[in-house]
Amino acid sequence: MTDAAIDAAHGGHEEHHDVKPVRKTAMWVFLGSEFVFFGAMISTFLLYRNTTNGGPGSEIFDIPFTSASSFVLLMSSLTMVLAHNAFENKDMRQTRVWLVATAFLGATFLAGQIFEFTEFIHEGLTLPTSPFGSSFYMLTGFHGIHVAVGVMLLTAMAILSLSGRLYDDRGLNVELVGLYWHFVDIIWIVIFTVVYLLQV
Amino acid sequence: MTTTAADQQIIRSPGQRGVWAWITTVDHKRIGLLYAVTAAAFFFIGGLEALLVRTQLFGPDLEVLSAAAYNQLFTMHGLTMVFLVVMPIAAAFTNYFLPILIGARDVAFPRLNAFSYWLFLLAGLLIYSSFLLGGAPDGAWVGYAPLSTQLTEVVRMDFWSIGLQLLGVASIASSANFIATVFTMRAPGMTMLRMPVFAWMSLVVAFLLIFSLPSVAIGLFQLFLDRNYGALFYASAAGGDPLLWQHLFWIFGHPEVYVLVLPAMGIVSEVLPTFARKPLFGYPFVVFAGAAIGFVGFGVWSHHMFTSGMGPLAEAGFGVATMIIAVPTGVKIFNWIGTLWGGKIKFNTPMLFSVAFIAMFTIGGLSGVTHAVVPSDTQQHDTYYVVAHFHYVLFGGAIFGYVSGVYYWFPKWTGRMLNETLGKIHFWLALIGFNLTFGPMHILGLNGMPRRTYRYPDGLGWANWNAVATIGAYIILLAFLVFAWNIVRSHFLAKGERVGNDPWDGRTLEWTIASPPPVHNFDEVPVVHSLDDFWHQKYAEDEEGRAVRMPAVTGGALTVDKKTGGEGDDDGEHLDIHMPSPSYYPALSALGIATLGAGLIYLPWGFFAVGIGGAIMLWGLFGWSLEPVTKEH
Repeated sequence: MTDAAIDAAHGGHEEHHDVKPVRKTAMWVFLGSEFVFFGAMISTFLLYRNTTNGGPGSEIFDIPFTSASSFVLLMSSLTMVLAHNAFENKDMRQTRVWLVATAFLGATFLAGQIFEFTEFIHEGLTLPTSPFGSSFYMLTGFHGIHVAVGVMLLTAMAILSLSGRLYDDRGLNVELVGLYWHFVDIIWIVIFTVVYLLQV
Repeated sequence: MTTTAADQQIIRSPGQRGVWAWITTVDHKRIGLLYAVTAAAFFFIGGLEALLVRTQLFGPDLEVLSAAAYNQLFTMHGLTMVFLVVMPIAAAFTNYFLPILIGARDVAFPRLNAFSYWLFLLAGLLIYSSFLLGGAPDGAWVGYAPLSTQLTEVVRMDFWSIGLQLLGVASIASSANFIATVFTMRAPGMTMLRMPVFAWMSLVVAFLLIFSLPSVAIGLFQLFLDRNYGALFYASAAGGDPLLWQHLFWIFGHPEVYVLVLPAMGIVSEVLPTFARKPLFGYPFVVFAGAAIGFVGFGVWSHHMFTSGMGPLAEAGFGVATMIIAVPTGVKIFNWIGTLWGGKIKFNTPMLFSVAFIAMFTIGGLSGVTHAVVPSDTQQHDTYYVVAHFHYVLFGGAIFGYVSGVYYWFPKWTGRMLNETLGKIHFWLALIGFNLTFGPMHILGLNGMPRRTYRYPDGLGWANWNAVATIGAYIILLAFLVFAWNIVRSHFLAKGERVGNDPWDGRTLEWTIASPPPVHNFDEVPVVHSLDDFWHQKYAEDEEGRAVRMPAVTGGALTVDKKTGGEGDDDGEHLDIHMPSPSYYPALSALGIATLGAGLIYLPWGFFAVGIGGAIMLWGLFGWSLEPVTKEH
């Protein structure tokens, strides 16, 4: 048991001042749950990878394009680290800059995904085309929803920081959103590898 | 509201009474009571559904219900008992006692805790509203594809898939909460291996839910997309594989079985040492056996699917894994027997239910081991033998354990005892009724009666045992009416004997504080020196290892709280303890999510509900994450 946790357990005044380890524990647990969530969808995709039901298969992927948008998303993890670092140094202006940069990179990735989905739909791959289509759109769609939630949280934090209401002891704070954001990136590395690159 | 009396006893400070105080409460004890009352209500509804099912099966060729109504009732019975009764009653005990047992003043996230409760309640109401909106789910609680993906014009199974999804979100939230509570909120000296077994089992259950629920969540989303948007996950004509659903469901569904029963095992592990007046035999073994069940529980799911043609290798593997999981379970049973051995046993009602738990669970466990034998299971699959098995585990096991917990902890909740005579009548009626109902189902199943069957003809030799089972079911009803009367009489009519802090001469921290406890639980956070700390404060051992009462307990953190003794109306402010302030944001967020879910069932025009629900949810979540935990006074 850490000293901080003992202090927290001692109650009284300290109780609600040092909540960071408590929140981080819960965040890690939640992310553990998210890994199973995506694991189940990735398994489904692997099962249906070649079940194209006469429709288009993995040949319609545009690897260079998706590689570029993946690179954008991965760079957003770097800006997230810089945002967190600036926040730890109590530099609110820098924090805000990097938060906005992260949100912008996330939004760019989302725009790329929307473009990609539109292309695929034109080429005849939709949710009801085949089990391949169903599992592709569900997996990448849920990942996109996670990115969108992240962008929303980042934007909200950037706005809050303007009025100086960005605290590190509230539910919405830079460290927790950072953990979530890195998770979303790591999952994308797996999805990009399994869905786009592994063409066996 | 049935809990008003308890309300007044627990909180008396201004602005803390009435319905609004319950909606905004973040006190883990009040939330525990809310879970308990809700689970009790659903228990009687789910029981009524079972009685209707049993009445239909009383004799051959009866037509008490229509076939369509029958399908809805057995589906809703299973759904209700698993998700709206056993899980929330376990959550009730965990909420109320986990923080107290580890010496904390509340859970790690009091508002998240309230959110879990409100979302659970709203999801339950959403599922039940289907009765008024064209019919309840009727594809069995397991909702096997492709049965559950057919009939897209009827929304019943959408109520089921969305309702379960919401319940899953509530469970994930409360599990993360309990894990953070155990890891970060323990009192000084409360090491992991000094935690009461019930706290340990709550921790294991939280991990099971965290890692199993996402699997069924994906399955439910896939079913929902298949049903409403033409996705082809389970459409075999297009190359989809309906077996995928069974895998995703049982990867959740089997750990879920341990989610239902492990907290009951925890309760039994608290009750037996108290009334045998001996420490739990082999405490670390009980704890690690529980953890082992948690791990191995993730590797046995396919024993629900032995007839689906997985091939001999998978069948042999899952068969062996299933036999292996019987080992830690057996370890626990021997530890409980070892606890009773040589003890000065007091057979009062909580003890009777705990002992019955061991016996009934052993029977259910043994019939479970027969399922691990693949050739035998192939014969038993989807027969009443399976129904008998899981009711021995979940009713004779889990429910008896929870009832034992109610008798054991009722004095702590209300400050009053339940009546012993009524309790014993309840116990014997329940035990006899239970065995009359589910014992014969072993025979019926081995004679080939399929489960979920609406009618059966005369002349198959099933009539007599079915009649016995139905009579047994009505005896169970009688037993639980006695139980309900006992609670009403003791608490609401205030006829129960008043008690102080420690009516059972208990061993754990909850008995050191007032009954009912003050809002902040502990005036002074206890410092723990050993397992069963309170017992060691009261008793020393003589040379032969017998417990000798120490002269009088005075001083230290574990003395009787004189300031609040027996009243529990203390908000702790004079002690400079600031508890988290009430908040309506958790209930608001839950309302938003539930509205959003309800809208999804009726897309496209339900889109308005989705939008409104989403907006309410965002309002709730942002308000919640921006308000301080404790408001300044």
